[in-house]
Amino acid sequence: MSGEVDHGRRHFLTVATVVTGGIGAVLAATPFVLSFRPSARARALGAAIQVDISRLETGAMMTVEWRGKPVWIISRPESVLADLGNVESQLSDPDSVKSDQPEFAKNQYRSLRPEIAILIGVCTHLGCAPLYRPDAGSPDIGPDWPGGFYCPCHGSKFDMAGRVWAGVPAPLNLPVPSYRYVTDTTLIIGDDAGGTG
Amino acid sequence: MRPVRSGPFAAIAREAAELGHWIDARMGISRFWRSQAAEYYAPKNLNFWYFFGSLALLVLVLQIVTGIFLTMNYKPSAEQAFASVEYIMRDVSWGWLIRYMHSTGASAFFIVIYLHMFRGLMYGSYKAPRELLWIIGMLIYVCLMAEAFFGYLLPWGQMSYWGAQVITSLFGAIPVVGDTLMEWLRGDFYVSDITLNRFFALHVIAIPLVLLALVVAHLAALHEVGSNNPDGVEIKKYKGPDHHPVDGIPFHPYYTVKDIVGVVFFLTLFAAVVFFAPDFYGLFLEPANFEPADPLKTPAHIAPVWYFTPFYAILRAVPDKLGGVLLMGLAIVALFLLPWLDRSPVKSIRYRGPVFRLALMLFAITFIILGYLGMRPATGVYTLLAQVFTTIYFLFFVTMPFFTRYEKTRPIPDRVTYHG
Repeated sequence: MSGEVDHGRRHFLTVATVVTGGIGAVLAATPFVLSFRPSARARALGAAIQVDISRLETGAMMTVEWRGKPVWIISRPESVLADLGNVESQLSDPDSVKSDQPEFAKNQYRSLRPEIAILIGVCTHLGCAPLYRPDAGSPDIGPDWPGGFYCPCHGSKFDMAGRVWAGVPAPLNLPVPSYRYVTDTTLIIGDDAGGTG
Repeated sequence: MRPVRSGPFAAIAREAAELGHWIDARMGISRFWRSQAAEYYAPKNLNFWYFFGSLALLVLVLQIVTGIFLTMNYKPSAEQAFASVEYIMRDVSWGWLIRYMHSTGASAFFIVIYLHMFRGLMYGSYKAPRELLWIIGMLIYVCLMAEAFFGYLLPWGQMSYWGAQVITSLFGAIPVVGDTLMEWLRGDFYVSDITLNRFFALHVIAIPLVLLALVVAHLAALHEVGSNNPDGVEIKKYKGPDHHPVDGIPFHPYYTVKDIVGVVFFLTLFAAVVFFAPDFYGLFLEPANFEPADPLKTPAHIAPVWYFTPFYAILRAVPDKLGGVLLMGLAIVALFLLPWLDRSPVKSIRYRGPVFRLALMLFAITFIILGYLGMRPATGVYTLLAQVFTTIYFLFFVTMPFFTRYEKTRPIPDRVTYHG
């Protein structure tokens, strides 16, 4: 046996040890990283809910909680629906091209049935809860206020279909959750994972 | 040699000295003490701006000690958290004091750290050979922000809740992976009991461990290169026959004693706040946080605690969400790059020209004004001002390579000086 060190062999063994150990470290870290995901219980609690809207009066809003977020159900009168087309010049995404909603709500009303609007009441800017302000021309928001939703945190404005105004911090329209009608007055909200955000 | 005495005390003293030698032979404590304190030479001209490093260490200890005692009565669950804090405040013996020390300590930490960082900017303490020292310090600052953010959720008040909601939703702005990342951070579809529980774990053990390791690294790097000083000259250049810098004095006893003066001064102010104005007029403890968290009701006005507001103002100055998040991140990254943005041949403000002095003052004022704007609602004139001052904030960094390189500097002295 010669006393010379085989540097090529030594280098290969060092690299092989580091690579094998590195793979092991990544694999060992995986369960810890994944343990941060929503647990089975959190996911179960986030399942769909059933809502009775038989007592919702025209012009009124009711709030239900789904996945810890307020879901608004608003019964819009005919006059509001007729006005939706008039504000479109002020909106950032009037046709809901960039925004988050199920395919059936990608229309001017952003709903399945025009009179019933269902929106997630979380501002798309930083997650505050906007206020329902149907009072047109309200002095604290501005004389040109046509009615809609106003976020008190950073001043974002949305119309009566949850569509965001141009030039406010919120980038997108209020999201619409996935929902369907079981009967004329009973809704299932959050039936599939789509359209929630 | 001390005179030989007899009696029981002398016997105990001999035994103690004996034990000391026994330990020293196995651990080298006295050698460590000599190299890091008794024979660690610091510049003799350090002024009051050099108090804030040791004060930061003091606040860290205060936070750890008060924090440990708070965990003994605090319950990290959405059901009980708010009530357990009230329990600490009302029913636990001296609980109010421990809690107010901890909440005041959080703000004190940032006051001390901001002054410590400003000192570094004034005297060019981030310049070679102290770039790594500065970077480790910046990592401590980032860690401290994470620590404060996680801790702020724990009382589970309205501002705790909505602050966490706003900050975690920032990650949602990242394209493609944003929503998944946000749910991964929260462990739920919204800020919930699960989020509170993990923030508690991060606040009381994970981040403090990282923080302590970084503080050790910061001190190790400092003691390797030595302290900078108000003149920005290296004292290692001139050494006496004893091989110690002629302009240096041993850290112990000279600076340990000097730092105690700073400690006394600091603790006087600290106690005044703890006893007479623990919420500091809504700045240290926000009024909305005396109301329990309600996921369905947003406070009329959400603002983080004062030490985050300069960055919050930058975030809100940008009308685009992702753009705002990126700019806020860049505002912190820019500070990391200072050692390479500053091209001046001199370190200290004493020997720089008027442009640097003006720029630094403008930067400090801008930071304070942004802090004020971050507390105000984001409407009309406030947003416009935030945009103006965000621009000034970044101009400081963008133009720095130019004004530091071309500005004429004054000749630096060979050795340290005393100014008034």
